Amino acid sequence: MLEIFGTQVNLDPIWLTLEVAAITTVVLILLGTPLAWWMAQMRSSNKVLLEALVALPLVLPPTVLGFYLLIVFNPNGPVTDFLRFFGFEGQLTFSKTGLVIGSVFYSLPFAVQPLMHAFEAIPHRLLDAAATLRAGVLDRFFSIVVPLSQRGFLVAATLTFAHTVGEFGVVLMVGGNIPGETRMVSIDIFDHVESLEYDQAHILSAIMLVFSLMVLMLVYGLNRRFGVKVG
Amino acid sequence: MKHKRMMHGNLRLRLGDFELDSGDFSLKLEGVTVLFGRSGSGKSTLLRAISGLDKRTEGSLNVKGQVWQEGKRRASPQSRNIGFVFQDAALFPHMTVRQNLMYGLKRLPKGVAPFSDDEFSEIVSRVGIADKLDRAVTFLSGGERQRVAIARALLSRPQLLCMDEPLSALDWRSKAELLSLIEEVVAAYRLPVLYITHAPAEVERLADRIMFMSRGRIETIETLQEALARPDSPLFDEQGAVSVLEGQPQPIEAGLRPIVMGEDSLWLPDVSELKKETVRVRVLARDVSLALSDPQDLSIINHFKTTISELIPQGEHRTLVRLQMADGQKLFAEVTAHSAQRLNLHIGQSVYALIKSVAMTE
Repeated sequence: MLEIFGTQVNLDPIWLTLEVAAITTVVLILLGTPLAWWMAQMRSSNKVLLEALVALPLVLPPTVLGFYLLIVFNPNGPVTDFLRFFGFEGQLTFSKTGLVIGSVFYSLPFAVQPLMHAFEAIPHRLLDAAATLRAGVLDRFFSIVVPLSQRGFLVAATLTFAHTVGEFGVVLMVGGNIPGETRMVSIDIFDHVESLEYDQAHILSAIMLVFSLMVLMLVYGLNRRFGVKVG
Repeated sequence: MKHKRMMHGNLRLRLGDFELDSGDFSLKLEGVTVLFGRSGSGKSTLLRAISGLDKRTEGSLNVKGQVWQEGKRRASPQSRNIGFVFQDAALFPHMTVRQNLMYGLKRLPKGVAPFSDDEFSEIVSRVGIADKLDRAVTFLSGGERQRVAIARALLSRPQLLCMDEPLSALDWRSKAELLSLIEEVVAAYRLPVLYITHAPAEVERLADRIMFMSRGRIETIETLQEALARPDSPLFDEQGAVSVLEGQPQPIEAGLRPIVMGEDSLWLPDVSELKKETVRVRVLARDVSLALSDPQDLSIINHFKTTISELIPQGEHRTLVRLQMADGQKLFAEVTAHSAQRLNLHIGQSVYALIKSVAMTE
């Protein structure tokens, strides 16, 4: 508990939100990069289906996604059993792990789309040239593709992080509202408003507003230094 | 039949509506082999298939006894020891010139000794980019980019150099400079080169042999002289038949450069510095006239005795006359059918060839 302007405010939901968003961003960059690369190289008509699947979280109401995840995360269901087989303990619903997995699905398009577009913009001749200079597949990826997609990575990480910070529906469905465990800041603010605790809601909202603005300014500033424009 | 310096192959590659189906071919890997054909004839596709740059390639390819392609199985491009110079240079935009050059150098296979610092400097200055090593490649001109691309390919110690229309994006001055450079590099490093172009002038300057392509197929592989001996050679453009003569340049006399060809000499208005022992001279058939006696009082400098070896009637009342020079080189002359009749031209006859204009190939 922290006292700000004479009001007791619990900042735990903010820390939890930042933690979940940070983990989600790392996971999505790691998983989204190979997926985006694979999609960028695709020539077949399967690409259309895959692109649509990846974009699905953009159009689905978050509660729909949250609902299906809740079903899949059933503590006695096959997915949880499968994870338990590998030593996973506890459950996916109403836990931080579940929140991260839910966020990964929810923010997937925000990581994959900028990366895919960045990869598609790289002239294939450069990779051909690297191959004739004896660079193998991974070597080519890290020496040519990654440096030339810096901006794509920056955009993907920023959007994923920001989008995860702002999520509500999926969190509510999958995570619930357990203080210190799954209570993220968006839900906490909603709760305060519901309980007519406007002071707490004001303070948390203001913190989020200032924080978001600062993050975006930092990113745009970095982008200027790279000499390119976001979005 | 396997040979140490041979390439044998038969490659197929389907790309949408286009299909490369080379047919069986054998090629001596020595000097410059030009892949020649109209755009869309499959030159670039074949070169990519030979380099292993397209996964969908099928067929067979054997280079100096190594298997590069067998059915759908393909040796990776990085294992083939080839250098590739692309039409637009394909320099890595996030690196300086030096970093581009070092890219291949850092990835040399274990058994291959990298170039020493001296050799590196020698290549860089031969190619003419010594003062640009620390520039960003985005600030280079088209010609400079191709120079860097050539140096980058050379530094990776290839056993075969592939060049896909390296001059097509350049202005005429850079073109001429780079042609000289390519010629010099090929001679200095004794590298076999596969060179794509659709410009006859580049073929006449560089080619030792020519692979003619049409509709995704290799039609023939001929030496330059064989290709130029055909009266309907695809190398001839709207200017008509062309002869390419080789000779040894001599010091300039009276503002003209004599090129010795056996007993005869051609005199060229060339005052540039000469580094080569042998030069190629390009003569258009329509610039060659014939006379039965040696004309003395004439403004044309170049005239010498030849023997008619063939008369080839062309359309529009024209006749192409194949002449043999004293040293055995072939020369085309184009005359009207009327003149041919009036002079009673016939095979075995001695005539004087009058050459109105000649040019060094470039």
